[in-house]
Amino acid sequence: MSFSWTRVQAIVVKELTDYRRNRFVMLFTMTILPLIFIVAPTVQLLTAPAVAASSKLDARIGISLLYMMLIPAIVPSTVSAYSVIGEREQGTLEPLLITPIRSEEFLIGKALAVLIPTLAVAYTIFAIFLAVAAVFAHPGIESAIFAGSHITVQLVFTPLLAAWSIWVGIAISARSSDVRVAQQLSVFANLPPLAIVALLTFNVITSSTGLALGLAAALLAVDALGWRAVAAMFDRERLIAGARA
Amino acid sequence: MSSEQAPNRPGPRVEALRTTGRLDPLVAAQLDGSAAQFALVVEHLSKRFGERVAFDDVSFEVGYGEVFGFLGPNGAGKTTTVRTLGTLIAPTSGSATVAGIPVSAANGPAIRARISIMPESPGLYLRLTVTENLRCFARLYELDDIPGRIERALRAVNLLDRASDPCGSLSKGLRQRAALARALLNDPAVLFLDEPTSGLDPVATHDVHELIVSLRERGVTIFLTTHRLEEAERLCHRVAILNTTLRLIGQPDELRERLFSQALEVRVRGSLANPGSVFAGLPGVDGWEPSASGGYELTVSDPEIAAPAVARALVSAGADILSLAESRHSLEDIYLQLIDEDVEAKPQ
Repeated sequence: MSFSWTRVQAIVVKELTDYRRNRFVMLFTMTILPLIFIVAPTVQLLTAPAVAASSKLDARIGISLLYMMLIPAIVPSTVSAYSVIGEREQGTLEPLLITPIRSEEFLIGKALAVLIPTLAVAYTIFAIFLAVAAVFAHPGIESAIFAGSHITVQLVFTPLLAAWSIWVGIAISARSSDVRVAQQLSVFANLPPLAIVALLTFNVITSSTGLALGLAAALLAVDALGWRAVAAMFDRERLIAGARA
Repeated sequence: MSSEQAPNRPGPRVEALRTTGRLDPLVAAQLDGSAAQFALVVEHLSKRFGERVAFDDVSFEVGYGEVFGFLGPNGAGKTTTVRTLGTLIAPTSGSATVAGIPVSAANGPAIRARISIMPESPGLYLRLTVTENLRCFARLYELDDIPGRIERALRAVNLLDRASDPCGSLSKGLRQRAALARALLNDPAVLFLDEPTSGLDPVATHDVHELIVSLRERGVTIFLTTHRLEEAERLCHRVAILNTTLRLIGQPDELRERLFSQALEVRVRGSLANPGSVFAGLPGVDGWEPSASGGYELTVSDPEIAAPAVARALVSAGADILSLAESRHSLEDIYLQLIDEDVEAKPQ
């Protein structure tokens, strides 16, 4: 039996329907949490002086955009960390694994079900941020945001960071025995890529097109290998029996 | 029930698949072998988790259309056996064939496509409706005519009128029915029911029993694990008793004969002055002793020969016979006898 997108789709549809009816996920993870991340950058944007040194301006824009990057890193981490251990705790993992579904299909379905709403939320929040900048920010700041490569970087790094966060979350979820520990570890595991983005944003590491492309390629490679690594870590026997021969 | 013999051949569905050319090559390759005559063939199967033995050297066969009871106390290895046959966990040693396919990691998806397992916990998505739960699983099995299959499965478990209700709003008994409907979606060659009435009240238990009876009448092969003995006695063609190792296997009547000597229970008004002289030398009677109910229990080699002779002897002795019946040992007696033996065998 070969890889089946029908089975992947079954997992995605089931997950999205479940999220939609889960008030905590809808209200906190997908609404309040992202909105929190837009408050600080908007304040940075609107309180910036009309005339400022270029370095100060860059710093303010950098902080604002860093907040935007927190959304794809933080929002999916808690949901993905719940994905396997959560199923196990509510007793739904065994019925799922009894079906012909392959580990890879299960994992990709789980990952897509987190990635789709994460991208929708992250891009929506970024669009709101850009709209606020276009309407309310000083022209100098507005042009700095729109003229630079910020938008491209944001568009490219959002799915890459989200995918990293999701695979790390699922990997922790597949090996963990407690939901809370899995979610806490998952948030911590997102700090390394965020640290690199922060160093770039504050010009500690001098950014260049080449460096950005290199980082994007590296993240893409890690994400692509991520599902293979997580699939290798996905041990049905340990998950079902709680022990290994 | 014991008189019903389970057929040991592929069911009509398998035959239909063969004639229409839709039979998987993996299964077709097995059909000429002896394994294809049975829904399950298990040979010297063992599973260990480190030093802990879950089950050891288990061998049995289950015919197509048979309801096979797998009995044992908690921790005996019943659920681990089911999970092993369902390819969820790998055996440590031995071999097994499920629905004509040898159990191996590579054959896992093919085997799981042909069987269903209903775990002890229903494992339903509580925020999803019954239909949404079933639709998800129908897609996982890549089934055709999903609405039709869902309707048929829900009708089979009498849950059609609750199809649009969230599973979280259902009682425990109804959730169990929904889980059974989910297990029926793919028309399984073997249906594993792991403690299907665990934690249910008597009414819900009765409902599940009725569903199993209706499945049995439809010729579904069922592997039923339970520690409820009356359930196994009522529903199963054959039973096996497991306590890490397989202790006994057979039809409930066979097991009684194997474990217990046959007996007649006699009650008379008052008591016999000299029972020894009444019962001694009667054809088919091997011995006697007073019974707990105030009568006499006679050990017999053949009740059909012994009973008329005993009746005649009692009448000749002037006794008023109140009752004369074959003494029946329940499956519980068999089970307790075996488990007691195991307890006695354990080192102090």
